[in-house]
Amino acid sequence: MTITIEYYLILSAFMFIVGVAGVLTRRNAIIVFMCIELMLNSANLTLVAFSSYLGSSVGQLFVFFVMTVAAAEAAVGLAIIIAIFRNKLTVNIDDINILKW
Amino acid sequence: MRELIYLTVVLPLLGFLINGIFGSKIKNEKVIGIIGSSTIGISFIVTLFAFFETLSLPTDQRMLIVSLFTWLKVGGLDVSFAYQVDQLSLIMALIVTGVGFIIHVYSIGYMHGDKSFWRFFAYLNLFIFAMMNLILADNFVLLFLGWEGVGLCSYLLIGFWYDRKFEKSTTADAAKKAFIVNRIGDFGFLLGMFLIFLTFGSLNFNEVFSRANTFSVSTVTYGFIALFLFIGATGKSAQIPLYVWLPDAMAGPTPVSALIHAATMVTAGVYMVARTSIIFASAPDIMMVVAIIGVLTAFFAATIGIVQNDIKKVLAYSTVSQLGYMFLAMGVGAFGAGIFHVMTHAFFKALLFLGAGSVIHAMHEEQDIQKYGGLKKYMPHTALTFLIAALAISGIPPLSGFFSKDEILWYSYSNVGIIFWLVGVITAMMTAFYMFRLYLLTFEGKERFGHDKHPHESPKVMTIPLMVLAVLSVIGGFVGIPEVFSGEHGNQFHNWLSPIFADAERKLIHFGYHSHFEEILLMTLSVIFAGSSIFLVRYIYLKSPKIADNVSSRFSGLYKTLWNKYYVDEIYDAIIVNPIVVISKNVLWKFTDGKIIDGLIHSLAKLIDVSSSLFRKFQNGLAQFYALIMVLGIAFTLFWIIMSF
Repeated sequence: MTITIEYYLILSAFMFIVGVAGVLTRRNAIIVFMCIELMLNSANLTLVAFSSYLGSSVGQLFVFFVMTVAAAEAAVGLAIIIAIFRNKLTVNIDDINILKW
Repeated sequence: MRELIYLTVVLPLLGFLINGIFGSKIKNEKVIGIIGSSTIGISFIVTLFAFFETLSLPTDQRMLIVSLFTWLKVGGLDVSFAYQVDQLSLIMALIVTGVGFIIHVYSIGYMHGDKSFWRFFAYLNLFIFAMMNLILADNFVLLFLGWEGVGLCSYLLIGFWYDRKFEKSTTADAAKKAFIVNRIGDFGFLLGMFLIFLTFGSLNFNEVFSRANTFSVSTVTYGFIALFLFIGATGKSAQIPLYVWLPDAMAGPTPVSALIHAATMVTAGVYMVARTSIIFASAPDIMMVVAIIGVLTAFFAATIGIVQNDIKKVLAYSTVSQLGYMFLAMGVGAFGAGIFHVMTHAFFKALLFLGAGSVIHAMHEEQDIQKYGGLKKYMPHTALTFLIAALAISGIPPLSGFFSKDEILWYSYSNVGIIFWLVGVITAMMTAFYMFRLYLLTFEGKERFGHDKHPHESPKVMTIPLMVLAVLSVIGGFVGIPEVFSGEHGNQFHNWLSPIFADAERKLIHFGYHSHFEEILLMTLSVIFAGSSIFLVRYIYLKSPKIADNVSSRFSGLYKTLWNKYYVDEIYDAIIVNPIVVISKNVLWKFTDGKIIDGLIHSLAKLIDVSSSLFRKFQNGLAQFYALIMVLGIAFTLFWIIMSF
């Protein structure tokens, strides 16, 4: 049985939905953060799948970029979470509503 | 020297700045007074040199324009700060700086000890600055700058003692009244200026007047321009119907009344009419209006003056009356005679006011002539100079008032008709009457003041200006001896001014021919009338004072009407002021402003308040909620894109 592009896309969409659901529903900032990573990786999976399907290396190239950005984002994001924890002694994002005036 | 004429504007401005900025720091009154007076004194000397230089030139070279800088240049409008030195502006400049200087010196004595001495001199200098701009301007815009400037200074100086009571209210109210009434006139003046610009495409005097000679403009347009300009003049020069501010302007210090409200500012309207004589001459109907308004103002103001008891009020109505004469002169086309009367009036009326100031000073601010009497003994110099001024204004030959007033009367007879002459002569009789009533009640007869008053002659710094003005009042008329006496040389004053009015006089039609015999006859008649009026008043107030009381109680209705100034203030209050106040309060303020304008803004604010209380719910500060909205938005957008394929 050959694994067609549809499988990849379905898997990727599933991962993405899991990520979105996690971001929207979970209260722990770390988990929200991990869910964001999940969404990024689902996008990576799509890119790689299309790259193989179209026989072009551009998609793979983009994946590297995404991974670089994700790494940087992880560093900054975690640093922010630590900083917030030091200030508020919590990482529950319901308690972090200082965006409101 | 003529090129330096701008100094007469710059120096008073400098004096104003020095006294205005540093005055409160300079504690020494002498320093302030000398700064204030010397700037005007130097201006006078400059003007005098410019005058003699102009006099030495042939007639066709006498006009010079000193252009300083361009002020406004917009489209076809080109206005510069340019001063026009010619026969008319030089005469006016001599009056303003000369009489102004004398009054400045007098003020050093009169204002001695006032807590705002420096402020007074700063304002006086600012006034001279504005007045010189008005006189020397070579275009309407600069004239208007001066016109508004003198109005401002008048306001500031009437309300100079802003914390003092004046009649039923305060001096500040009198100042406001003067300013607002003047603004009504200024509006007319502005309309006139707009119409001039529309018609002639320029606001420069020489351009407008030369175009008035060449352009074909309908009489109606000329009429409207002249009428609007004349409305402006009635405001500034206190003519019917806008004269009501001048009597109230007496709330100011007396030197102010002498300088602004007798000698100079109030003649600005006369000057303006004379300056635009060509336009007035092109609108004969409006000339008639000017003459009628002038003679009516002269007459009615004189009747009010007869019964007033406040020394300054009498002089104020006398000023209104004399200004009426000047407008009568303008209206009958005797522009030169009008300017001549401006000059002589400046001398004797300034003298009268300064004399009154001297009396008020001596009597500790008492202004009621019924509480004076017998002051001649205590203040001989003031009494003598006051008497000279009273004789001059009554038109007794050979004092200055005789020549100017009789010239006006003569032209009103020969150019228009006997009716104007007759009203003018009756007014002259009344003038002699109230002036001598004033003189006799103040300086002669029994002393009617209490023992708490210790009248004394004023210091030299006040009496010397009085004497200088008295000399001028005596000899001032000799520059304009009429042709009938001076023979082949003609009237020197007229010869001097004639180039200015030549165009206007060419346009006017003079009626018939009148002999010298007629002129001398009319002159003699008016002198006899004035003289008999003086003897009558002397008889009434010195020999049998009861007559005055009997007459006033016999004609109590008339007396009351005159005493209350024909109720004009009350009528204006009833038909203009109060309706405006009521309408402003109830319609404009409470309805238009309160309901419509405020209501509109309030309901707009309410609308935003309500709608934002709805939208505010979205801004709950929860990042996840924002993310949800974003996801829903993306999902919807994707859905929409997919469905549109």
